[in-house]
Amino acid sequence: MTGLGAVITRVHREEWARVVATLARRLGDLDVAEEMAAEAFAIAVERWPVDGVPPNPGAWLTTTAHRKAIDRLRREVRREEKHREALMLSDTPEPPEDLGAFGAFDDDRLRLVFTCCHPALAMEARIALTLRMVGGLTVPEIARAFLVQESAMGRRITRAKTKIKAARIPYGVPLREDLPARVTGVLAVLYLIFNEGYLASEPGKEPVRGDLTAEAIRLTRLVRELLPADGEVAGLLALMLLTEARRTARVSAGGELVALGEQDRGAWDRELIAEGHALVRARLACGQAPGRYQILAAINAVHTDARDVRDTDWSQVVALYDQLAGLDPSPIVRLNRAIAVAEIDGPQVALAQVDGLPLEDYRVFHATRADLLRRLGHSEQSRAAYDRAIALAGNSAETAYLIRRRDQLGGP
Amino acid sequence: MAQYLMSVLDEAGGRGTAEEMAAIDVFNEQMQADGHWVFAGGLASPGTATVVDGRDGEPVFTDGPYLESKEHIIGFWIIEAPHLDVALRLAAQGSKACNRRVELRPFLSE
Repeated sequence: MTGLGAVITRVHREEWARVVATLARRLGDLDVAEEMAAEAFAIAVERWPVDGVPPNPGAWLTTTAHRKAIDRLRREVRREEKHREALMLSDTPEPPEDLGAFGAFDDDRLRLVFTCCHPALAMEARIALTLRMVGGLTVPEIARAFLVQESAMGRRITRAKTKIKAARIPYGVPLREDLPARVTGVLAVLYLIFNEGYLASEPGKEPVRGDLTAEAIRLTRLVRELLPADGEVAGLLALMLLTEARRTARVSAGGELVALGEQDRGAWDRELIAEGHALVRARLACGQAPGRYQILAAINAVHTDARDVRDTDWSQVVALYDQLAGLDPSPIVRLNRAIAVAEIDGPQVALAQVDGLPLEDYRVFHATRADLLRRLGHSEQSRAAYDRAIALAGNSAETAYLIRRRDQLGGP
Repeated sequence: MAQYLMSVLDEAGGRGTAEEMAAIDVFNEQMQADGHWVFAGGLASPGTATVVDGRDGEPVFTDGPYLESKEHIIGFWIIEAPHLDVALRLAAQGSKACNRRVELRPFLSE
């Protein structure tokens, strides 16, 4: 029975998106597709222990959900026109319509991803919808992950679905000229889900949540499977893997954040690192100019390449940040570059580059200044910078770390 | 095909300049050629509006717009498009042509 429970969980994880996506295309209604998919899984939970697991669980679920949808439509229709529509829906899968136009892009799940991440939806709606429709998380699970009331999260998802329907957000792969921007939009959603899991944004949340990072990685693997030629998709996956590899080393047993330089590198996940490095190497070998995620992945590859923090190739890190600044000349990139510069040219040079960056409200800016000032022996200024960073509270692990560093400063 | 209302939002309260009007003409012609154009029109200033309440007995007339706001609608298009991605593309072109933000809103279907 437990064995069967595990099978159903696995099938749910593997097949949910496909079932919803196929139904959404056939029925032209995301809402009904979601509901029927959930019902089909509920029937599976009842029937499989008796009848056994069907040889092709995904096809069984899709067919079951499709029949349920037709039953419901037939039951519900009152108007003649609707009735004819229902009769026209066949019980057998029809060949998908616009095949060929997108070649390798043609996959219902990809349509589903693009619809859920549509730029006409608010970012928080995109995240919630992607986790529900593609990830198969329940509304209560998503609400818990984002510390939002269940009812509020339910409304958020319902509103998004209503807009998709009323405004006719297409259930499909974007127009060719929109494609690069739309892929970037999908990756932004996935990265936000990952980051929310990797370092929660608010004090009340668990600092690191492996469920969300794992979900983000799973979704990114799916998108990579669907868009295998896209370098940025590969870059984002590599970035996530190389970050995830350090997750357990990143928070101490006492719940305190552990800085990169102080982490137990033996606790890093070598398997994830190997996979991430392989992706980065493959991107380098292809010779195309890398985008933002590929550069960030390469930076993380340099860090995870060093068995000891002292072996880090900092000049390589600085060179990569220079490359990144060429694409994205934001002050946050300059801040991160300066952190690497400190390891080569010392804290004085780095501080000069950090000071004056327009990042007054950014916790990491003050934490970085505090650290550089501490290394320069300016205890009083360092303390003030730590205070500033602590006041801009992040999650509990980060705050605990900053407080300890501040309290370790010598007297004023 | 779905229809969308594309409202032109204006803060300054000014009429379109000659260049803006010329760009709008070009945009309109293109929309007509591509079969997206349903209707378009400019509106007089909000101060010229009258709110009418005819729900109960003698109609009540109120001078001025139904709400005071910093931004108001100075014109609109009604466009036809197969789905939102096409409508968004047209809205971006329309916004560029009239040099103002536009709000895109679907008509209820059925």
